[in-house]
Amino acid sequence: MISVKELKHIYTDADGHEVSALNGINLDIPAGEFIAIIGANGGGKSTLARHLNALLLPTSGKCIVDGLDTAEEKNLWDIRQHVGMVFQNPDNQIVAAIVEEDVAFGPENVGVPGPEIKGRVDRALAAVGMSEYAKHAPHLLSGGQKQRIAIAGVLALEPRVIVLDEPTAMLDPQGRKEIVRTVKQLNKEKGITIVYITHYMTEALEADRVVVMEKGNIRFSGTPHEVFSRVDELEKAGLEAPLAAKIASELRKSGIKLPKEIITDEELAEVLCR
Amino acid sequence: MLSDITLGQYFPGNSFIHRLDPRTKILATLIYIIAIFFADSFLSYAILTGFALAVILISRLPLLMVLKSLKPIMIIVVLTLGIHMFTAPGETVLFTWKFLSVTQEGLELGVKMSLRLMLLLLFSSVLTFTTSPIVLTDGIESLLRPFKKIGVPAHELAMMMTIALRFIPTLLEETDRIMKAQTARGADFSSGNLLQRAKNMLPLLVPLFISAFRRADELAVAMESRCYRGGEGRTRMHELLYKGIDYAAFGTIFALTALLAFLRWGTALCAL
Ligand SMILES: Nc1ncnc2c1ncn2[C@@H]1O[C@H](COP(=O)(O)OP(=O)(O)O)[C@@H](O)[C@H]1O
Ligand SMILES: [Mg+2]
Repeated sequence: MISVKELKHIYTDADGHEVSALNGINLDIPAGEFIAIIGANGGGKSTLARHLNALLLPTSGKCIVDGLDTAEEKNLWDIRQHVGMVFQNPDNQIVAAIVEEDVAFGPENVGVPGPEIKGRVDRALAAVGMSEYAKHAPHLLSGGQKQRIAIAGVLALEPRVIVLDEPTAMLDPQGRKEIVRTVKQLNKEKGITIVYITHYMTEALEADRVVVMEKGNIRFSGTPHEVFSRVDELEKAGLEAPLAAKIASELRKSGIKLPKEIITDEELAEVLCR
Repeated sequence: MLSDITLGQYFPGNSFIHRLDPRTKILATLIYIIAIFFADSFLSYAILTGFALAVILISRLPLLMVLKSLKPIMIIVVLTLGIHMFTAPGETVLFTWKFLSVTQEGLELGVKMSLRLMLLLLFSSVLTFTTSPIVLTDGIESLLRPFKKIGVPAHELAMMMTIALRFIPTLLEETDRIMKAQTARGADFSSGNLLQRAKNMLPLLVPLFISAFRRADELAVAMESRCYRGGEGRTRMHELLYKGIDYAAFGTIFALTALLAFLRWGTALCAL
């Protein structure tokens, strides 16, 4: 579905200095995968995300989405329809003052006929569980609800991939749960490929695969268990491993034999009680 | 529901007037304003006033609320009345006070002129009372579309209005939050003279503007990623459509205009 090859990106900042944000990323994301990207601030996660729907173009290397090269101008609108983007601040991505009008914004832009838009809007709102709010004003909704409207706005374009760049960073725990549940459901039920950027380990645990980024490189990747049990490497990448994984690692160092991949409290409790 | 939008003076409802296409309402308001300028006799003014009251009645708006919308122009109305009363040339002097004298003609002219102003505002406020800002925006965009060839940016104007409607409540909330935060740190927004207060507002405006620009920047990226590329080739979920009631409304307003035109010029025409 998505194939990133030797992708480099260099920004020119306000003073004219060159900042290298991506130093040759290689990443293949098969259709239907739920992939989480984690990493310390400034690691290049957002930059990578923006390449996936051609908001940024490669300085060198390639980014191929569904067989379409993002660098080719003529592919731009197809790519943006295929790859939806959800950003961090729910307030700053809702365009219209009525929920259903906002969800209709994408399909209207690509010229979907009026009666069909209505159907798409209804389905998108149902998919995120917000049907009853169709006529509401977005500024009166909770953060989690606003973010689900933003997801519905993307869904109405019927994308194959949804890229979410720290969608829960500004939400309360309740809102975070809503978003993770919604995203997982879209992945399982509609088969939409999910690229999920997050700071929260518990959210990344839901993914099929976790990729760790640091200073514009992919350090390592694997299943959530593989990644989160590599305590030392996580720390080197500026991330904190889950507490259970850290304890397990310390115990192992002091000679206690433990199975390798312990990352949640429950798993730790289970082996220790044996 | 739509009533959640506190902006503007929209008063939700389901009357005949509420259900009209926004374009019908905008055009009918313009035609009514033209008709006002056809009126010269008191009979025509009576007809215009009666028509306006009938429209308010049909729209089931509280009459008092609609009349209140006249408040901001009352000073202008009184001034208009006064100036015409005292300065218009006329024969029949009603009374004199020092060097000022009021004539029959002056008084009539003054009353008519102020009536014109009030009717104009009354009728256009029915438009904004019965049409939500969003629908009004759609109507304006649709009406301006033919003028695109001569450079009227119809879609862009409508888009800006849409975004403004969306973000005004957000920015108000933010202003409130910043104000509270700064009050907690000892800022004072409510005392001192006007200049002092304006000065105190400055530390409020700076963070507000910075935040507004950041929002605008993020919104632009979000819009682009949702395939926004201007008005070209864009469709709408709710296409505007003239229905039976719109034709009925147009018929009525044209009949009114024809009647007023006849009252003004008809007798002259018959004499020919
Ligand atoms: N518009 C920009 N101009 C210049 N440098 C930027 C810009 N955006 C990001 N960067 C730099 O690129 C690097 C990666 O940033 P980003 O992709 O936002 O990382 P992350 O999302 O992982 O926090 C950072 O060093 C950041 O300072
Ligand atoms: Mg980021």
